[in-house]
Amino acid sequence: MKDLHQQFNTQELTPINAPFFTCKEKKKGEDRRAKLCESIEESIKRSGLQDGMTISFHHAFRGGDLLINNVMNVIAKMGFKNLTLASSSLASVNDPVIEHIKNGVVTQIYTSGLRSKLGEAISKGLMEKPVQIHSHGGRVHLIQSGELKIDVAFLGVPVCDAFGNANGYSGRSKCGSLGYAMIDAQHAEYVIVLTESLEEYPNVPASLHQDQVDAVVLVDEVGDPSKIGAGETRMTTNPKELLLASHTAKLIEHSGLFKEGFSIQTGTGGASLATTVFLSEKMEEKGIHASFGLGGITGTMVYMLKRGLIKTLLDVQSFDEFAAKSLGENKNHIEISANEYANPSSKGAAIKQLDIVVLSALEVDLDFNVNVITGSKGFLRGASGGHSDTAAEAKLSIIVAPLTRGRLPTVTKRVNTIVTPGSTVDVVITDQGIAVNPKNVELKARLKKAGLQIVEMQELYDRAIALCGEPAEIKYADKVVAVIRYRDGSIIDVVRQLA
Amino acid sequence: MSKKLETAHAGTLESSDAFVRVIPVDAKGIEIELESSVEEIYGDAIRARVLETATAMSVEGVKIIVQDKGALDYVIKARVQTAILRALGEAEPDWSVL
Repeated sequence: MKDLHQQFNTQELTPINAPFFTCKEKKKGEDRRAKLCESIEESIKRSGLQDGMTISFHHAFRGGDLLINNVMNVIAKMGFKNLTLASSSLASVNDPVIEHIKNGVVTQIYTSGLRSKLGEAISKGLMEKPVQIHSHGGRVHLIQSGELKIDVAFLGVPVCDAFGNANGYSGRSKCGSLGYAMIDAQHAEYVIVLTESLEEYPNVPASLHQDQVDAVVLVDEVGDPSKIGAGETRMTTNPKELLLASHTAKLIEHSGLFKEGFSIQTGTGGASLATTVFLSEKMEEKGIHASFGLGGITGTMVYMLKRGLIKTLLDVQSFDEFAAKSLGENKNHIEISANEYANPSSKGAAIKQLDIVVLSALEVDLDFNVNVITGSKGFLRGASGGHSDTAAEAKLSIIVAPLTRGRLPTVTKRVNTIVTPGSTVDVVITDQGIAVNPKNVELKARLKKAGLQIVEMQELYDRAIALCGEPAEIKYADKVVAVIRYRDGSIIDVVRQLA
Repeated sequence: MSKKLETAHAGTLESSDAFVRVIPVDAKGIEIELESSVEEIYGDAIRARVLETATAMSVEGVKIIVQDKGALDYVIKARVQTAILRALGEAEPDWSVL
């Protein structure tokens, strides 16, 4: 043996004495369902969760999420305090988090979005520590850089086997892509999968994998299927949205990027969905096909895939039931993680291959900065999402918004909160004119030539103010209630408490 | 010049509209009660517009209750004018003061 060590220089290695000698005695069969927990409570006990730790969730069930509230109630009942809640985002349905903050269960939040009563309460100073708002790509960066260290991840899925192989495209509460959950499964210290149904092993192809999962809990329901994609699928009949969509499709057509093999990402909302429909017509007319569609995937994108107008869908989040179902059925509809989607420090984020992105805005200012997180009255009521990620990387970033919403001007002197810097925004389309970022000299000339109504941002602003009147300044206190993190982790803006 | 007023209203509670009620009160002057979806940023502008409109029509001893759903300025002005005309029982405004 001494000779062997000398010969191969392997002092630190243990030579074999007998098969399985260093392993525990092999128990055949008995442990195969060892990951299964009787209850959420049991899984939390097994995880070793302690006060002050960080717990995480994914937001693929969106408005239909039942899991975050259920798990948080169990955690609160078990008496945990001072936790950091790091959900990839929070929806209106998560308002009950307010109580957990008041009771000291949650003292810090990382999220992409804040809405509804939770957003309002935080804007009024509910929390001691400011919320950290990140983009979808930025969240992965915060996790990988070590700032956001997840101790226990609670990942809801519609189907899973007892060993932890899970997917989101089958079962009752289909959420589709588990692109955000994949990151937590990969990086959390302890991973609990909560599933609506238990499948026979192996439940493959899996999105969350057996070698990432510590515990599996069978629960009654993780989501309300009728609300997972609610409000996103309907085709708009709003004439203003249709007008915006037709402007957008025409702009894309004349952008110089509309050629065989182009790529596109669109968001949710009426104008975005209608844009894909108008664009489809132009693609069929000219015989142009897209190489891929990216991001949050909608039913209209799936329709384009099925008609052969788009070759591949790269799906980090499925926005409606059609997309969720398609992910399991179409081999060119591919699930990608948030790291593959948008992380700026990833070895390969798909947004770096993206030609065109169509984005929305709550406010845009004279310098093309975009706000998608605070409303005109200063409340937190939106989400950072993939906005700043895609705007920074796509060849052409298009912001689409009505010039006014009721009496609220969308174009302002200075946005309440900067989420996406104006230097990464190429074009702003409103129902009363299109402003091109002054740096895009060639694009501006091209669009003018195509007969699009190109105006200066100042003109859009003047028009908005002529209609609505000069808005009064919102009164803020000094206390910072939210910090807006740019995708590389730096601070791009802060949100202050409302006075 | 102050005329006898009846209770009257104009407008709707639809988005981008305002529902305006004019109620005679014993006190002098014009009292304004505003409830607006854009109170934080346009509340003062709306109150000023309502007062200016009512003053131009020479009404006094009224309470004007405005429930605003984000109406633009000219909509508010028109709704207030109509409510006051109805309160006065007049079909035609005195165009010269408008």
